[in-house]
Amino acid sequence: MLKVLKSGFYTTVQDKGRFDFRHKGVPVSGTMDDLARHRVNTLLENQTGAPVLEITMTGPTLIFEDATYICLGGAKLSATLNNEPIENYHVYKVDKGDILSYGRLEKGFRGYLGVKKGFVFENVLGSTSQYVPLTADCCIKDGQEIGYLPEVSFEPKLTDLKVRSYLDSAELIVDLGPEFELFSEEERNRLFVNSFSVSKENNRMAYQLEEKMESHSISMLTSATLPGTVQITPSGKLIVLMKDGQTTGGYPRILQLTKEAISILAQKRAGDKIKFATSS
Amino acid sequence: MFPITVKPFGETAILMEWPQEVNENILNDILGYHEVLKGELSSDWVLVPSYNSLTIIRQKADFDFPTMKVKLLEWYQNTEETLVLNRNIWKLPVCYDLDFGPDLQETAEKLFISIGELIQFHTSHEYTVYGIGFLPGFMYLGGLPKNLETLRKQTPRLHVDKGSVGLAGKQTGIYPQDSPGGWNIIGRCPVPMFNLNLENPCFVNVGDRIQFVPIDRATFDLRIIEAEVGIYQPEKVVLDA
Repeated sequence: MLKVLKSGFYTTVQDKGRFDFRHKGVPVSGTMDDLARHRVNTLLENQTGAPVLEITMTGPTLIFEDATYICLGGAKLSATLNNEPIENYHVYKVDKGDILSYGRLEKGFRGYLGVKKGFVFENVLGSTSQYVPLTADCCIKDGQEIGYLPEVSFEPKLTDLKVRSYLDSAELIVDLGPEFELFSEEERNRLFVNSFSVSKENNRMAYQLEEKMESHSISMLTSATLPGTVQITPSGKLIVLMKDGQTTGGYPRILQLTKEAISILAQKRAGDKIKFATSS
Repeated sequence: MFPITVKPFGETAILMEWPQEVNENILNDILGYHEVLKGELSSDWVLVPSYNSLTIIRQKADFDFPTMKVKLLEWYQNTEETLVLNRNIWKLPVCYDLDFGPDLQETAEKLFISIGELIQFHTSHEYTVYGIGFLPGFMYLGGLPKNLETLRKQTPRLHVDKGSVGLAGKQTGIYPQDSPGGWNIIGRCPVPMFNLNLENPCFVNVGDRIQFVPIDRATFDLRIIEAEVGIYQPEKVVLDA
């Protein structure tokens, strides 16, 4: 068991997500930064979709009640294991009673904690990802215990991953959205010439952007949306839907973030600048 | 056959669009084709029909768009128009008690009708489910009679109870969960629209119809208990007999 002494600002269990009930209105959920989850689980030689903890801005304090191996990824949150600093994308052995805690947010916004074989957590509709109202709780609480299978003799093929960090990247590679062509050339250019800043309204459902586009009166019938869909409201506000975002919407879908761009945006917080670009 | 378009929607999805209008013939054409695709595509594709579109999502693996486009159009050409869709009309109970419908009185006044007339108009129509989305189990219903069209509330409520039945603009519907909301609340439905205890958590499909049936408070309380213990089955009539 992993015992949660302090839960941090907003810590959740997330895996690859919940795909099969989109047509009944169930969001995908899953890690906001799939790239970080993928790397953490790869180093631990887990299934890449195995459940991890997603740690937002301020980290938790955790006690391991059984020996295992862990790996951190995503944001840099000044993590320490028994008060010794530890790095992202490195496999560490932990023993019974070891304490993992987090300090200052150095870079990025969402950190990940993976454990050998993944956390054991309630599975709802094919996923362990926390999402109210499907799951009772939105996030991990103080004092909660989260299961994992003890592991004492794991010899990782790779203990360290030297990876290109995308935490400083501000460029979001996009595809053109289904309604892109309905906007004027001037507006379309503006999307790629200007930079935008992340507003205070940002969470697992959606990131709103501060700078507005022109207001418009383009109407459409409600249609499917995806994580990474950039909607534009009639008043010109840009909203990027994220992992817990609604499955359908009635605002024009002007752009669509690539998977990697969703990971990059998931590491941004209020005030951070971003710029859209196409791959070609 | 309708003129349709097929375009990529990011790396993970394909969007197919029919003429942009709320039209039952278009919806039925989409649903007939949807049945064909369910037979042709493997289960790692998810299909989301809505009004005039069908979005085909493949989250777990890549695909080649040009190849898929050719196949999708071919399957559309070969779709028979007489396909049986297995749609249902669901008779959903609604208690139009003032406790459950805090806006019932005001809405009736705004529409210049009595509460009794509002209930009668609301329950005498069948509404077509044009989409399910926004929240788990939320239905987009079409076919609201003109005399029940009303503006949404000026200030949305921070909390609307699960099961609340509302009116807003050309829409009526049920809040499947406790949530904030700006619709005029006129009653409450005791049937959970999204129930995790069931193998199929949401019994309604796009293309089905909904008819509301007025019930009194005692019946409401009974239905709630029946739903909780899992013995309540919403009444249905097969539409495509």
